Amino acid sequence: MAAVSPSLGRFGPYGGRYVPETLVPALDEFESSFRRAWADPGFQAEFEGLLRDYVGRPTPLTEARRISERTGLQVTVKREDLNHTGAHKINNALGQCLLAKRMGKSRIIAETGAGQHGVATATVCALLGLECEVYMGEEDCSRQELNVFRMRLLGARVIPVSSGTRTLKDALNEAMRDWVTNVRTTHYVIGTAAGPHPYPEIVREFQSVIGREARAQYLERHGRLPDVGIACVGGGSNAIGFFHAFLNDPMDLIGIEAGGLGIPSGHHAAPLTAGSPGVLHGSYSYMMQDEDGQVLPTHSVSAGLDYPGVGAEHSYLKDSGRVTYRSASDDEALRAFQEVAQLEGLIAAFESAHAFVPLFERGGLSPGARVLVNLSGRGDKDMERASTLLGLQS
Amino acid sequence: MRQLGEVFGRLREKREGALVLFVTAGDPPLAQLPAILETLATSGADVIEVGLPFSDPIADGPVIQASSQRALDRGTKTADVLAALRGFDLAPVVLMGYTNPMARRGLGRFALDAAGAGAAGTIVCDLTPDDAGDWREASREAGLDTVFLAAPTSTDERLDRVCEASTGFVYAVSRTGVTGAGHEAWDEARTLVGRIRARTDLPVCVGFGVSGPADVREVCSFADGAIIGSRLVTLLADRWRGGEGREEVAAWVREAKAAARR
Repeated sequence: MAAVSPSLGRFGPYGGRYVPETLVPALDEFESSFRRAWADPGFQAEFEGLLRDYVGRPTPLTEARRISERTGLQVTVKREDLNHTGAHKINNALGQCLLAKRMGKSRIIAETGAGQHGVATATVCALLGLECEVYMGEEDCSRQELNVFRMRLLGARVIPVSSGTRTLKDALNEAMRDWVTNVRTTHYVIGTAAGPHPYPEIVREFQSVIGREARAQYLERHGRLPDVGIACVGGGSNAIGFFHAFLNDPMDLIGIEAGGLGIPSGHHAAPLTAGSPGVLHGSYSYMMQDEDGQVLPTHSVSAGLDYPGVGAEHSYLKDSGRVTYRSASDDEALRAFQEVAQLEGLIAAFESAHAFVPLFERGGLSPGARVLVNLSGRGDKDMERASTLLGLQS
Repeated sequence: MRQLGEVFGRLREKREGALVLFVTAGDPPLAQLPAILETLATSGADVIEVGLPFSDPIADGPVIQASSQRALDRGTKTADVLAALRGFDLAPVVLMGYTNPMARRGLGRFALDAAGAGAAGTIVCDLTPDDAGDWREASREAGLDTVFLAAPTSTDERLDRVCEASTGFVYAVSRTGVTGAGHEAWDEARTLVGRIRARTDLPVCVGFGVSGPADVREVCSFADGAIIGSRLVTLLADRWRGGEGREEVAAWVREAKAAARR
């Protein structure tokens, strides 16, 4: 795509608002509600109070001593897996649902891939007394069945999506269609830092608590900053929340995309590594597309990274060179998943396992480097798949 | 190629509503498109929207989603769609679709190619005037009309912008929702058309949920034209049968056009 007019909500050329006109007033309302709330000490106190007393923040930093011994690095882990519901997703779900209440919207919809955002949203809706419906691709419903049960128990309606590739991208399409139809009563809680303006900015703000905490905790414990920060990137919400506090620090930041069966195979979900800019789900950003602008099917062992687009700010950070984006294959992620479990007693989500892959690569990071890895979620939801893929039945 | 201004001007003189019909390029197969366009135009379609299929059509309901998918499964490419339009001059053709396929090779190039194929204008479902500066410029240079959508949720300030950015006609979305047949009340659409008329002299056509003669008659009582999409897409998919169903489709179009005559 040659040129796009710079307008509202851009990160360099990326971002913007490519949505049906019907939704624009709701996006405007969402933005102005956010700006008012964000500047309101009452809202901040409510948000921070619930993050502390309900979500369990701050999450700790764990020194990964045995991984450090094995790799010759000095590895520290930010424990977003210890949040209530088991992943970073609840930071954003909580913020957006509090805003929805302020806007007088009684119905919440969400899309989910791995189910973590769906569970987080269903949880917050139960807490705040909001009606909740979650769109989830049929394929993801079967590979993350436990999370479907959790959402139902929490009182949410899970709507399986059978269109297209039956994964996260199609769940997003279906949620957008619901929103366009019910926009007057409904708020759409997008789970990642993608989508039309103002979502990328608002999701980043709600997730930036990850990096702010981690930076302060690391400084307090080590008296200096790490050399390297690593996070996995699907749509990129944990990564942008983690990176943001470090953007002005003299540190290497690395985002790991889902390499699936390998970049050359074409079966992957790595738009920053192997895609090109285009418009998907309301914003201009790197995406996986063919020469005719049709969105390509993706593959990843992790449902949460199995998405052909990525948040607009990541596209900007890639082009500017501030963050390096690479990919890790399914096999590499599964090996890291096992290593991290056996060396540290940490069962990472398949998504988060991707962020550990560079630690185990020969010739990757400089020996002795101080590395901070964001463990964005726990892997309980993946145990059934893991038992099949890794032969854990006997 | 007859352009939009000329067609709407003529209809206005005759005090006649416009029948605007939508077909998906590539469903039925693209080789059939010229025959379908000819059938629609000679039976009474005043303007034809040719849908460029997209893999992720967020503004479309199940019928057009499935139709787009069938078109893509048949390997329909943008360049082939434009080639299939060439030479058709019985009614203005407006290309309707989504930003990404249109912008893939550059907006300027797409606008020139579309105009070169004889298209009169474009409707981009996921593009509002806010992000359309370059697109309007490219279209102006290529001589393409830019039809923007107005929605019942649009504020007055946004309607100003939609009317200012539109040329050819303004597309009034009848309700909050996606494309598809089935409509209960036209009050929302009637109100919206009134708000648009207060801002522009451009013709206003109403789409989303318009599916047959009764709807067309109702819509043309308060708007300049009625747009039918999903209902025709279904008819073509079920009954066109490689051209065997031409007469059945023609009869349906004639009936719809009769309802537009007020």
